[in-house]
Amino acid sequence: MVERSNEQEAFRQSVRTWLDENFPPTLKGKGAELLGYGEYTGPLQDDASLWQQRLGGKGWGTPTWPSQYGGGGLDHIQTKILHEEMNRIGAFNPIIVLAGMGVTMVGPTILEYGTEDQKIRHLPPMCRGEIRWCLGYSEPNAGSDLASLATKAEDQGDSWVVNGQKVWTSGADISQWCGALVRTDSKAKKRNGISFLMLKMDQPGIETRPIKLIAGASPFCETFFTDARADKTDMLGNLNDGWSVGKRLLQHERASQTGVRNTGGGKSEALQDMAKRYVGADAEGRLDDADLRLRLANHLMDAQAHGLTISRIAAEARGNVEVSASASILKNSATHVAQTQSELTLELMGHSGLGWEGEGFNDAELATVRNWLSGKAMSIYGGSFEVQNNIISKNILGLPENTQKG
Amino acid sequence: MAALTEEQTMIRDQAQAWVTEQAPVAKFRAMRDSGVEQGFQAETWQAMVDMGWTGIIVPEQYGGSDLGYLTFGIVLEETGKQLTASPLLASALVGASALLLGGTEAQKQAWLPKVVDGSEILTLAVDEGPRHAPNAIALQAEKTADGFSLTGRKTMVLEGGSATALIVATRTSGSAGDAEGITVFLLPADTAGISRQVLKTADSRGYANIDFEDVLVGEDAILGELDQGAELLTDILDRGRAGLAAEMLGTAAQAFAMNLDYLKTRVQFGQVIGAFQALGHRAAILFSEMELARSCVEAALQGIDGEAPSQAQLCSLAKCKAGAFLHHMSNELIQIHGGIGMTDDFDAGFYLKRARAVEGAYGNQAFHRNRYAQLLDF
Ligand SMILES: Cc1cc2nc3c(=O)[nH]c(=O)nc-3n(C[C@H](O)[C@H](O)[C@H](O)COP(=O)(O)OP(=O)(O)OC[C@H]3O[C@@H](n4cnc5c(N)ncnc54)[C@H](O)[C@@H]3O)c2cc1C
Repeated sequence: MVERSNEQEAFRQSVRTWLDENFPPTLKGKGAELLGYGEYTGPLQDDASLWQQRLGGKGWGTPTWPSQYGGGGLDHIQTKILHEEMNRIGAFNPIIVLAGMGVTMVGPTILEYGTEDQKIRHLPPMCRGEIRWCLGYSEPNAGSDLASLATKAEDQGDSWVVNGQKVWTSGADISQWCGALVRTDSKAKKRNGISFLMLKMDQPGIETRPIKLIAGASPFCETFFTDARADKTDMLGNLNDGWSVGKRLLQHERASQTGVRNTGGGKSEALQDMAKRYVGADAEGRLDDADLRLRLANHLMDAQAHGLTISRIAAEARGNVEVSASASILKNSATHVAQTQSELTLELMGHSGLGWEGEGFNDAELATVRNWLSGKAMSIYGGSFEVQNNIISKNILGLPENTQKG
Repeated sequence: MAALTEEQTMIRDQAQAWVTEQAPVAKFRAMRDSGVEQGFQAETWQAMVDMGWTGIIVPEQYGGSDLGYLTFGIVLEETGKQLTASPLLASALVGASALLLGGTEAQKQAWLPKVVDGSEILTLAVDEGPRHAPNAIALQAEKTADGFSLTGRKTMVLEGGSATALIVATRTSGSAGDAEGITVFLLPADTAGISRQVLKTADSRGYANIDFEDVLVGEDAILGELDQGAELLTDILDRGRAGLAAEMLGTAAQAFAMNLDYLKTRVQFGQVIGAFQALGHRAAILFSEMELARSCVEAALQGIDGEAPSQAQLCSLAKCKAGAFLHHMSNELIQIHGGIGMTDDFDAGFYLKRARAVEGAYGNQAFHRNRYAQLLDF
């Protein structure tokens, strides 16, 4: 035990030294802003680009991935130490954001299902944040009922030829690669005839049309496939086994959505402090709006309960208690906490929480409005609120599937 | 469920088996129907003593096993499931905590072994009106030549009818509302001048109002420091809150299990009612509340064991979340059972009534929300 903690201490020291030498101090605490609060799309400039190269080169943007594929090769304790040290000095991880759906979803799935050749080809550029991935799952007629998807891929000797339409494809217009679910056997039952293809986005057969959202930006697209081509070697997992590959990927998606959105980069003001700043407090320090005060307390309790549940599940996993059913509740719980936080932030800002753009509102106020709107999607994607409840009632509680498919 | 040690797992399994076989809710029903005034059965209490539950947080030199609050919580969760009536929480958790936190060596030696062997039943008497208000303590303890004289009234004292000794929060200086001037005493319940009014409550647990009229006690009856008892009282209460929250979690978890069972067996419109999505979703939401509440309860108990700086906040969080879930759950229990849920022959009513009663004990949700906000300085 002592030996282990000595080792950990030594690792912590080496992390500190490396960060001292490599993290540009000009970027301290700027992570969230530089990364557009997790929505940044363009290439990074100057010091930020330098930091991306250094962190990516070291493999520490994907610390737990094996080093032969460009990852950091760290264990969970070392990863925790790395994150603690990065937080301590206001450093951040741009790789996750730059890789789109790569680091959080496609990458872990390639690690599990990919051939050696696929791992070597696709993972290292992801680790360096050079290649952005999008996900082509949803179609106009296949949303929650994803298995009814119709985009099809035909075997034409050395390649797959893809025809059909996807929709809500986040980042399709700025991604270099797409992980898509396509139908490869139209005669098989819904879930059985689906395969997972990796497609290069830069080709004549793919067209993307951005869709503008209520938050003003156009983070996703309609994506049209007209005789688009994928290399024969770019099928992930077995032919017609795409449903299990795709489902596994969604589990990574859910896992990545269960924490508080955090790409690192310094602490933001506590909500209760912000509330006191906007609303004022009485002589005893109580918020001047009694109703808001109690709802804020409720929200902070919800947030703490959520955080404690994440810690509990992690402790259970370490202690080898039977895999906890509690993980299934995290997506809805995280969504509830995040959406309520946005609502309360707007409410405490009052008139200042109504700005769309331009003068008269500060950056944080404008960002809050956009976050509030874009956050409404959390209960729709990655398995909607309702679909999550279907999953809990069916898979966890064992209630019969009848009106609760999905 | 937190990752348990082997010993904790054993204790849980033993508690689970004993509670379902020896002290199921049917026994609670029999106790209610027979109208025993003390609110529990002697054999149940003796069995708990024999299993060592009364010594879980007590150090070995006083006859206990010193296994900590999480372990105690595990047992309370099991007794909470079947509404097993006993003074376990009041005496072996709250009473023992008071001695451990505020007792002198002599007091610990005098009392703790008897708490462990069950011959003394302790309880905390704190509230004086219809609501939990530890700051508003007014019961006067006036200085006399060789001690103090207590006069006033305590309300809704848990196991107040059966307790053999009382831990009483009093005012020795200042006035109601001041934090200074609170002193905690520990005195035998049969001290002259004490009279008890046993209450018949909706949840059939043992409560009493207790009147103090010129009750004379010596200085050696003080727990902690004269006039400086507010902090001690808060610490005792927080332990009680965490323990009660564990019991409430168990009560609600049992209600959840009963509900789920009914969803899978009751048939209407040619299908089990759990196949109706409206009900399936409600079950999913209750399940989520249960998991979140469990995390809070376990964190509070572990926080006490580990002397976490955020103990107070965690205890308020746990009591509040367990309360919210139990309230919601016990109401759903009735609703989902339809007409059966309304009958006294079915147990749902017991859970609803218990939920209401424990909600106010050691502070209701509103109390703890407010306290949580105060602790976070807003
Ligand atoms: C911001 C954002 C980003 C996205 N990014 C991507 C992406 O990158 N790639 C991709 O492929 N897709 C993406 N999606 C699409 C997303 O996965 C779908 O929106 C989602 O699967 C829901 O499908 P739908 O929109 O067709 O809604 P529908 O499935 O039509 O649902 C409509 C309503 O019906 C409810 N409903 C549906 N089925 C049931 C049921 N069985 N029981 C109860 N209620 C039900 C839903 O909960 C919802 O409230 C994104 C969506 C958003 C909002």
